[in-house]
Amino acid sequence: MANRPQPLLPEPNTGPFWEGCKAGELRYQTCDACGAVVFTPRLHCPSCLSGDLSWQVSEGEGTVYTYSVVVQNRVPAFIELGAYSVAYIDLDEGFRMLSTVLADDPMRDIHVGARVRVEFEGQESGEYPVPVFRPIG
Amino acid sequence: MARDRRAAIVGIHEYPLRLAPGVSAMQIKVDSIRAALEDAGLSWSDVDALYDAQDGEAGGGLQLAAYLGLKPSVIDTTYVGGSSYEFQAAHALRSIACGKCKVAVLSYGSVSASNRVAIGTGDRSGRVPNWRANMERPYGMTLIANYALVKQRHMHQYGTTNEQLAGISVSTRHHAMRNPQAVKAMTDLEFVGVNELTVEEVLDSRLVAHPLRLLECCMISDGGGAVIIVAPEVAADCRKPPAWIIGTGEATKYPENGGDITVSAGAQSGPIAFGEAGVRPDEVDIVMIYDSFSITVAVCLEDLGFCAKGEAGELVAGGRLAFDNSETRLAMNTDGGGLSSNHPGMRGIFLLIEATRQLRGESTSQLPDARLAVAHGNGGQLGGVHTGGTVILARD
Repeated sequence: MANRPQPLLPEPNTGPFWEGCKAGELRYQTCDACGAVVFTPRLHCPSCLSGDLSWQVSEGEGTVYTYSVVVQNRVPAFIELGAYSVAYIDLDEGFRMLSTVLADDPMRDIHVGARVRVEFEGQESGEYPVPVFRPIG
Repeated sequence: MARDRRAAIVGIHEYPLRLAPGVSAMQIKVDSIRAALEDAGLSWSDVDALYDAQDGEAGGGLQLAAYLGLKPSVIDTTYVGGSSYEFQAAHALRSIACGKCKVAVLSYGSVSASNRVAIGTGDRSGRVPNWRANMERPYGMTLIANYALVKQRHMHQYGTTNEQLAGISVSTRHHAMRNPQAVKAMTDLEFVGVNELTVEEVLDSRLVAHPLRLLECCMISDGGGAVIIVAPEVAADCRKPPAWIIGTGEATKYPENGGDITVSAGAQSGPIAFGEAGVRPDEVDIVMIYDSFSITVAVCLEDLGFCAKGEAGELVAGGRLAFDNSETRLAMNTDGGGLSSNHPGMRGIFLLIEATRQLRGESTSQLPDARLAVAHGNGGQLGGVHTGGTVILARD
């Protein structure tokens, strides 16, 4: 169990995403009108402004687009983590997601272009597990 | 050079202190407005346009005029982060050009240092449910980490090195050491070494968010300033020579699926501003770029066209953009920048102020015969949602 800050819900754009996390699903959206892949979750398609979106479930595998290893954060929950990563992950379905890559030594073990897979990390802080990634292999 | 002369900066003031305990942000704004009007040779009764980024304690656009005691005909409360003042300068130009006002005042005041605001390393996600914060809050993305994401990708994509980017900190500190206000700032804010920097010192400073190190990060100070922008007929009678606003550009950028994080809003705002001004980047003498972090400068130099995409590392390496470096005429952040002189949170106004000083011949790191200057603000977060505001200034 970890103790990350929880999302603030109810919130209409991101609520279904976080319900998906409870179900062990990494959800994203596609636009019924123009076919665009939509992420960060929202109530309309940013490509065509259509309000007709469908939720999809990702296979949960992708590539590290970029990352940072945070050494200094004054928020108590993150001071406990020590050095930790934040990363943009390009999922294979075509959406980019902010997350973290868990690694024994983030400075050594994380690389741009590395393949990663999602897992859902339970939280002492609340009911919503948080999707995090680990290097594949 | 410029096709027409529609509005000019004629009054500037930079509040001299970076640590001002007991002073309010509004005091800083009012003191700066008074001094900038004095600089221009104008009086309070001349002012008919008020621009405000909703800083200070007076209550933004609704309350500020009442606090100041002014009934302006133009009120503009554009707030787009640190580039607010470049956007406001663009709006002032347009309002003056269409005859809505003649004397516009931009002001800024902040006491971030005295209030111990952790701009770069604190929690900025708020307590109101928000679609974007909900996707960031669990991961501990600090503001500095956001910029570190851009630096990491830039290094991966173009082979940019830490050594090259350290040159930005080196040239900026070189300028700061010549600026008494910056030296006092670093002293008051208890910098470990108030001295010229070497590339090695930058590389040896502690990591804050890999790959960004302490000496690549701007300071958190108190401070503020004011800028007076006027119509040509007013400029003709002012005390100081005009810095004409000959081109402006405004843009925004945000994370997108498949997008290139190494490209900023400046790639949109820059060409618009240069096109309007009818000048090219290679004609520019002075470039003032919002140096929140080393990588911000590198990305914006590229996006504005001072070098090709991915080549900023070579442009800045070793401190080449110092005003007294003979390898290139272009000089950057000659006041000492946010890195080493002044960063209360929204630095954009100081870019306009130092650009104007250079065109007047008043800088502490004066480039001889500076004729053309660019002020480019980046507001928000470079690796996330941000804005770019470009203002091109020319002297007569």
